[in-house]
Amino acid sequence: MSEDVKMPQMGESIAEGTIVKWLKQVGEAVKRDEPLFEISTDKVDAEIPAPASGVLSEILVKEGETVAVNTTVAVINGGSAAGASPKAQPAAESKPAAEPQQKPAPPPQAFQPTLPPAAKPAEPQGAADDDRRQKSSPLVRKIAAEHNIDISGIEGTGIGGRVSKNDILSYIENRGAEKAAPASPASTSPAAPPRAPQLIAPPAAAATDTGPQPYADGDRVEIEPMSVMRRRIAERMVESRRTSAHVTSFMEVDFTETAKLRDSLKGEYQRDGVKLTFMPFIMKAVIEGIRKWPILNSSVWGDQIVYKKDVNIGVAVALDWGLIVPVIRNSDEKSLLGLARAVNDLGERARTKQLKPDEVQGGTFTITNPGGFGGLIGTPIINQPQVAILGVGVIKKRPVVIDDAIAIRQIGILGLSFDHRVIDGAVADQFLALVRDVIESGNFTS
Amino acid sequence: MAAITLLEAIRQGLWEEMERDKDVFLLGEDIGVYGGAFKVTEGFIDKFGAERVIDTPISETAIVGAACGAAMMGMRPVAEMQFIDFISCCFDMLTNYAAKSRYRQGIGIPIVVRGPSGGGVHAGPFHSQNVESFFLNTPGLKMVEPSTPYDAKGLIKAAIRDDDPVLFFEHKLLYRNPKIKQEVPADDYIVSIGKAAVRREGKDLSVITYGAMVYTALDAAERLQQEGIDVEVIDLRTLQPFDREAVSETVKKTSKVIILHEATKTGGMAGELTAVINEEVFEYLDGPVTRVTSIDTPVPYAPPLEEFFLPQVDDLLKAARSLAAY
Repeated sequence: MSEDVKMPQMGESIAEGTIVKWLKQVGEAVKRDEPLFEISTDKVDAEIPAPASGVLSEILVKEGETVAVNTTVAVINGGSAAGASPKAQPAAESKPAAEPQQKPAPPPQAFQPTLPPAAKPAEPQGAADDDRRQKSSPLVRKIAAEHNIDISGIEGTGIGGRVSKNDILSYIENRGAEKAAPASPASTSPAAPPRAPQLIAPPAAAATDTGPQPYADGDRVEIEPMSVMRRRIAERMVESRRTSAHVTSFMEVDFTETAKLRDSLKGEYQRDGVKLTFMPFIMKAVIEGIRKWPILNSSVWGDQIVYKKDVNIGVAVALDWGLIVPVIRNSDEKSLLGLARAVNDLGERARTKQLKPDEVQGGTFTITNPGGFGGLIGTPIINQPQVAILGVGVIKKRPVVIDDAIAIRQIGILGLSFDHRVIDGAVADQFLALVRDVIESGNFTS
Repeated sequence: MAAITLLEAIRQGLWEEMERDKDVFLLGEDIGVYGGAFKVTEGFIDKFGAERVIDTPISETAIVGAACGAAMMGMRPVAEMQFIDFISCCFDMLTNYAAKSRYRQGIGIPIVVRGPSGGGVHAGPFHSQNVESFFLNTPGLKMVEPSTPYDAKGLIKAAIRDDDPVLFFEHKLLYRNPKIKQEVPADDYIVSIGKAAVRREGKDLSVITYGAMVYTALDAAERLQQEGIDVEVIDLRTLQPFDREAVSETVKKTSKVIILHEATKTGGMAGELTAVINEEVFEYLDGPVTRVTSIDTPVPYAPPLEEFFLPQVDDLLKAARSLAAY
């Protein structure tokens, strides 16, 4: 009994995933639900548990490769490990053969879009993985038998590289047209001709078009491919700068009252297992601001402004390997405790890669926290398609002048980056002033 | 000639059969003076009298038992279940008695047991079920479920004229749905039991379904058309014995099949159809036969849960996209 391990569907809109890391090697025993590999998708990173107990007999998708969901990425052989299932052995033998030509390739592969495993470079060389039957269907096999065709010579365009009815029919048509030209795989794969050359191209050519390689052997540099998340962040940040007319306004805010309130509630929240930070208070103030100035909770769509009825506030969470913005849906319907709990929970799960894709989508306003390491303030980049983002600088005691006396107060600076296409400075400042007033009053609607 | 609802079509079918054949009579709970819970038999008692439109006590077992007895004496009874869910009360009458009578003693039992089936109306677990799976396993019972007024009238007539027991399921969402109104011929016609209909021609993928789900399939097919997936929709109309020829035809044509039904998944029509497809046209398949059905739970009462429970257009789209790409 063997069990195929599939690339899981991590959310409605997610079509592919990248294997970041195999946590088990071929031949190792795995238990059901034990983490087997790490993946990275458009939205989230996650550890994927083994679907069954047994021995990891084959890894079909290497680290760095991106495949469509439901693609088989590995095979677990159930039952006793020692039995040396016939399936595992040929696979192990075939590995070394394939190794030399595949070894240098990993980095470029990380840049490739969905690659059906069927388009394996091993194919042209033949032999190497005869044991891996080309995937097809009863109909395709029947047609193949009638036309005396070897299915393994056809490039499949179905899920997981499966040869579909259309594939074999167009193969036959094509073959007829070419009058039995010698079956070089490149010419017999009408469905996806551009893919083949990419696969065997050297790393530099396969990478994004950044011009000629600026580094030579011997240069004191180390080059590593960007992770999926890093690439995504890079794209989005630049995209946002290109899209919105960024302006950032700053306002100094006295957090003293809020700090008192926070101190008085801390113990109570602690008993509920919730760590109370300033964030839920700031969210409350922002929500009031949005109620008064709904443009802050909008999007630009062509020449129209889309006002969002739901207030879904995203809170940026720094990770060792990047950054993610989990979203608290309908934040305006939550109590202070509810917000605090949500911030805790999403932050924790962001750090342990447990977020679901839905939890990082649909944000309408974002709060980020450049003060986390003492930063005075930042000029955050808007999280598209939103139109504003609030940065919270470090909150600490500073001397300030109140009624001509010098007092010690908890001061923090808020920086609001907004999209000047739809929000004018006056509106942004009035919004920010309202946020400030709520925080300074220490009066929060629960 | 005006377009009529599915309910009106059933009503006309019953009416005409009662006019045509004096042995045809109706029995059920509140079908006489009250005209039936869904008013299918409204006005019947005035025209045909209390002897042919019989209000019964609340005992489905007694209703079907009496119908069986009358049928053996040469009558053509049509029994109404106020909700088809209650048919489980007469399980013994139907499966052990009505279904086996011809086999055991050579006497057919020409009864029709009809009633409203199906969910989507927030009526909870006792008033929303689809019961075909219970009876699928009983040789000797026929089952039909029309999706159009034309079929409803033609099939109720065929069911009444059939010499063996027929279970007739009427999806309550379709009863008065104005969108499916249809003109039906004034003259006597029947729709043969055991014949499916192609509701939409397509070449990429087939959806085999019946009842209200026909419209779910047609809606999804419209959307899929825009994505370049050409869907064929087959309406079984008769669930037992279903039209094997039509099933094979469509599989041969498209090579990819989704079976869609509102009844729960395990042990249902979809499983049975899948098995037949495997047996008869395996070599024409270009992808796994796929089931889209309700999930294996009672029908939930809460609207959002019921929506989740029932197959939606989106569920079908998802399955169709993945099967098309297979």
